Amino acid sequence: MTDESDNIIVIRDLCFKRGEHVIFDHADFDIPRGKVTAIMGPSGCGKTTLLRLIGGQLKPDSGSILFDGQDLFKLSRNDLYELRRTKMGMLFQSGALFTNLSVYENVAFPLREHTNLPEAMIRDIVLIKLQAVGLRGARDLMPNELSGGMNRRAALARTIALDPEMIMYDEPFAGQDPIGMGVLTELISLLNKSLGLTSIVVSHDIHETASIADKIYVIAQGKVAGEGVPERLMEDNSQLVQQFMNGLPDGPIPFHYPAQDYFDDMMGSIES
Amino acid sequence: MIERLRILGRSGLDILAIQGRSAIFVVQSLYGIPSFRKGGRLLMEQLYAVGVLSLPIIVVSGMFIGMVLSLQGYTILVKFGAEQSVGQMLSLSLVRELGPVVTALLFAGRAGSSLTAEIGLMKATEQLTSMEMLGVDPLRYVIAPRLLAGFITMPILMLIFNVVGIWGGYLVAVDWLDIYEGSFWANMQSATSFDEDVMNGIIKSIVFAFVIAWIAVFQGYDAKPTSEGIGVATTKTVVYSSLAVLGLDFVLTAIMFGDF
Ligand SMILES: Nc1ncnc2c1ncn2[C@@H]1O[C@H](COP(=O)(O)OP(=O)(O)O)[C@@H](O)[C@H]1O
Ligand SMILES: [Mg+2]
Repeated sequence: MTDESDNIIVIRDLCFKRGEHVIFDHADFDIPRGKVTAIMGPSGCGKTTLLRLIGGQLKPDSGSILFDGQDLFKLSRNDLYELRRTKMGMLFQSGALFTNLSVYENVAFPLREHTNLPEAMIRDIVLIKLQAVGLRGARDLMPNELSGGMNRRAALARTIALDPEMIMYDEPFAGQDPIGMGVLTELISLLNKSLGLTSIVVSHDIHETASIADKIYVIAQGKVAGEGVPERLMEDNSQLVQQFMNGLPDGPIPFHYPAQDYFDDMMGSIES
Repeated sequence: MIERLRILGRSGLDILAIQGRSAIFVVQSLYGIPSFRKGGRLLMEQLYAVGVLSLPIIVVSGMFIGMVLSLQGYTILVKFGAEQSVGQMLSLSLVRELGPVVTALLFAGRAGSSLTAEIGLMKATEQLTSMEMLGVDPLRYVIAPRLLAGFITMPILMLIFNVVGIWGGYLVAVDWLDIYEGSFWANMQSATSFDEDVMNGIIKSIVFAFVIAWIAVFQGYDAKPTSEGIGVATTKTVVYSSLAVLGLDFVLTAIMFGDF
């Protein structure tokens, strides 16, 4: 059991519904400071939703999310923006660069908005951040001229422009070729160590994720199905975790979306 | 029967909820405006995108509408031997009605729809949420300048439309139909009052500008984040703003010119 202050984020009793669909059902998470924590689970299980809850973009139905001991949902709108500005960054699945700005301007955007630094200083910071993701030479390109992986790296440079304490990555590896995947894995792990960041990585690429994660959460059916260091999770004997870690098509998580009986359904089509 | 009532009640509540959300939305955006230090540049960009880029369609339409008004007016007035007052008819119909209404309809189609599509696409590609996560409020950064640019540019576009329209009408009446130039202008000037006609037209235009800009940015911001959702939102912007403009025009006209 870790000390509370070792966790940058403490989530207790999280409940969240979309209409009738329960996404989190009394789930607890602890995100350790300075480590890489992976959130894994079948698609649609609520991983992106979890990141949005942590980012304060969605409100849970009940439960609390503490960031550095402050309850996110008791903050005023201004304090929440202040927190996002200074402490957290998020890398979206699509990268979400501003399409009307060049790569350089995208990275400069948070600096221009939140600081009064002179232009020369902004330029230095932008080039340092772009160098870190290997895109210094692509600074004059527009987002639509970048490949998917470059898009994400440019967005990453923008995310680290203001030196956040924590970065959330939403499926950084999705749709990447093996090289791009390797580059991103390396980058996440490197940034985490060199900048002393806390990282939360959402992914379903088990091998990539396991190679950089210090802690893994597997979520399924609204609950935490398994947690721990990667090696321990591989040996976890819960069926759910096994199904996911070994990629079995059917198990506790059914292959089929809930439906009425197959036979009845086929016969029913005649009557209606 | 009960079921129908229930559906009616439910859709009534939904409509109220949307009205409420859009009202909160517009208040929050306007509240976000006073940061002029950085907002100035954003506003200039939008004044260009919303206003200057709408100029060609406004000028061309104003020209043709003015020309057609003169021509039609002439063919009717000439039967009563009153063709010399074509200038008066032209200016009153432009300044009171056609200027504000046609500008508003064109503006909804040209600028309103593109505002909705742009904001909707920014939402669908997560640009708005990523802005939020960078600690920049999209209501302040994206919505407020667009809303304000709409308010500011549309009344100006309306005035340009009127000027061009009167010029077009003048060309047809004086150069083509040989109306005496002196009586064209004199009739127009004596019949058109600044306080009643021009000001009322400007007031109408300001009201329409507010409604269109509001509908356009709200529909974009509230769009379903899919390509279909953006299409639907864009259509809604054009349909709702056109209906709102025509409906409000009747109400405003009744208030302004209705007491005989
Ligand atoms: N805006 C939305 N409205 C309604 N349901 C949503 C919305 N976004 C996501 N969902 C639902 O919430 C569930 C979790 O979504 P998400 O967190 O995106 O899953 P994932 O784990 O794949 O990232 C999914 O079942 C999805 O259908
Ligand atoms: Mg997701």
